[in-house]
Amino acid sequence: MKLISLKNIYKTYPNGVTALADVNLEIAKGEFVFIIGPTGCGKSTLMKLLYREEKPTRGNVIVGGINVERLRNRKVYKLRRKLGIIFQNYRLLPKQTAYENVAFPLSVSGMKDSEIRPKVLKALELVGLKEKVKCFPDELSGGEQQRVCIARAIVNEPKLLLCDEPTGNLDPRVSKEIMDVIDSINKKLGTTIIMVTHDAQIVNRMKKRVISINNGVITNDIMKGKYKENESN
Amino acid sequence: MKAIRIFLRSFREAFKSVFRNFSLSVASVTCTAITLVLVSIAILVSYNVNHVTKKLENELTIVVYLEREATSEQAQNLKGEFEKISNVEEVTYKSKEEWKFEMMNYSPTLNSTLSYLSENPLLDSYIVKVKNVKYLRKTAEKIRKFEIVRSAEFGEGTVERIVSIFETVKKITLVIVIALVLVTAFLINNTIKLTIFSRRSEIEIMRLVGTSNYAIKLPFIFEGLFLGIIGSIIPIILTVYGYIIAYSKLDGHLFSKMVSLVKPFSLVLYVSIVLVIIGALVGVIGSYKAVRKYLKV
Ligand SMILES: Nc1ncnc2c1ncn2[C@@H]1O[C@H](COP(=O)(O)OP(=O)(O)O)[C@@H](O)[C@H]1O
Ligand SMILES: [Mg+2]
Repeated sequence: MKLISLKNIYKTYPNGVTALADVNLEIAKGEFVFIIGPTGCGKSTLMKLLYREEKPTRGNVIVGGINVERLRNRKVYKLRRKLGIIFQNYRLLPKQTAYENVAFPLSVSGMKDSEIRPKVLKALELVGLKEKVKCFPDELSGGEQQRVCIARAIVNEPKLLLCDEPTGNLDPRVSKEIMDVIDSINKKLGTTIIMVTHDAQIVNRMKKRVISINNGVITNDIMKGKYKENESN
Repeated sequence: MKAIRIFLRSFREAFKSVFRNFSLSVASVTCTAITLVLVSIAILVSYNVNHVTKKLENELTIVVYLEREATSEQAQNLKGEFEKISNVEEVTYKSKEEWKFEMMNYSPTLNSTLSYLSENPLLDSYIVKVKNVKYLRKTAEKIRKFEIVRSAEFGEGTVERIVSIFETVKKITLVIVIALVLVTAFLINNTIKLTIFSRRSEIEIMRLVGTSNYAIKLPFIFEGLFLGIIGSIIPIILTVYGYIIAYSKLDGHLFSKMVSLVKPFSLVLYVSIVLVIIGALVGVIGSYKAVRKYLKV
């Protein structure tokens, strides 16, 4: 069953830059997809369309049955609660502990503390960070901060996890650990993963579906792909 | 239930974040406090000006002298007629004997002159108080039309000039109060904008993890409310103590007994309430507007 469907997507920013042109894409539930391509080719723009940070200039974006481009601004939060997002630059609340950061999406939606607690602890356990629950972000390493972000992204048990260069700031060893966490989320929870990355090593090792973008156009979409194959194309 | 939890959480978070963002809180509280002190002074001054003009206006009366041959019955009727005039508030009779007595007490020269005369040369009169001093002249003109009225005097010219000065002073103080309230609103608005600008990444994260606009706005609105109320505390203390001390030091009046000040208790209470309301409103509206800007895509 497909979870995501993009049809004839065009995105031109107000400054005239066309970031995506005629993108068509379908992603099934439970898939693990890499999106690769040179800097500025439109990868982040594609992700932003999925979580409705940007609207397409033309075309349809459907995520989990929601017609994203038609979603009212007031209702965007409903989409966001169904997906998790992680970034290269973590984006944690600096004045809140790891626990509070992970609990944040639940507490702002008005969930009871007694319901929040088990969910947060479960998510923190899944990312292997149960020991550092009380630490503030600046007391954690980059890899640990990213684990907190992942825990925050999955605490709602979303169907979809969007990752925009999650290992961009991490060294290879820590990157691998993070990839293992994400992979286990995909396998254990059945969460669909879409990951933008520059890391050829990761892409080659994981042997997942790889979508290459160049200049706003999808140039390649290969099952069990590799970084090199795509580049030679 | 959910809405209540979001409400309570917002309240708690707003309270915490006043302290977490301490320096910005201090900045906006200071700014609020300074402008509210000015607002308070302006309100106190304008209230006292109003008070004094009211008092002075109360002393502006029409003195109506009756013809010498008027009978007491005619005089009695006339009082009823005066009271029918819409602008007339109160009519009191003052006989020529009362006038004579008053004048004899006034100066020794008058005293000897009046006692030298065998007959009282003065006239019986009515003192007419009006409701609105602006129409003093019109009322006097109406009174003059009655037959047994010899004259109706109200200090033409001088009185009218005084009345028009009062009107101008009232208008000016009102304009100053309104202008200061607007300046306060503008200044506080800007500091709050700064506070929220510094936290746009926090708002972005809230949006990212699926916080409804309502749940994003609420903590900021509470925060604006808290900052506004805290910002009004110092001005209120200054108002209460400042005015009470000034009032007792000046013994309740400025320059002369004519210019008496408003008694402190109810005025100070009233100004305090106004200051809290201005602080709270400006804080709430300011942060609501500032946060709304970051909720658009
Ligand atoms: N908000 C924006 N306004 C204008 N241009 C943008 C904006 N975001 C991205 N772009 C432009 O769109 C193109 C694609 O950007 P992006 O999707 O961020 O690329 P990538 O993530 O692949 O590096 C770039 O040329 C970039 O400069
Ligand atoms: Mg990017």
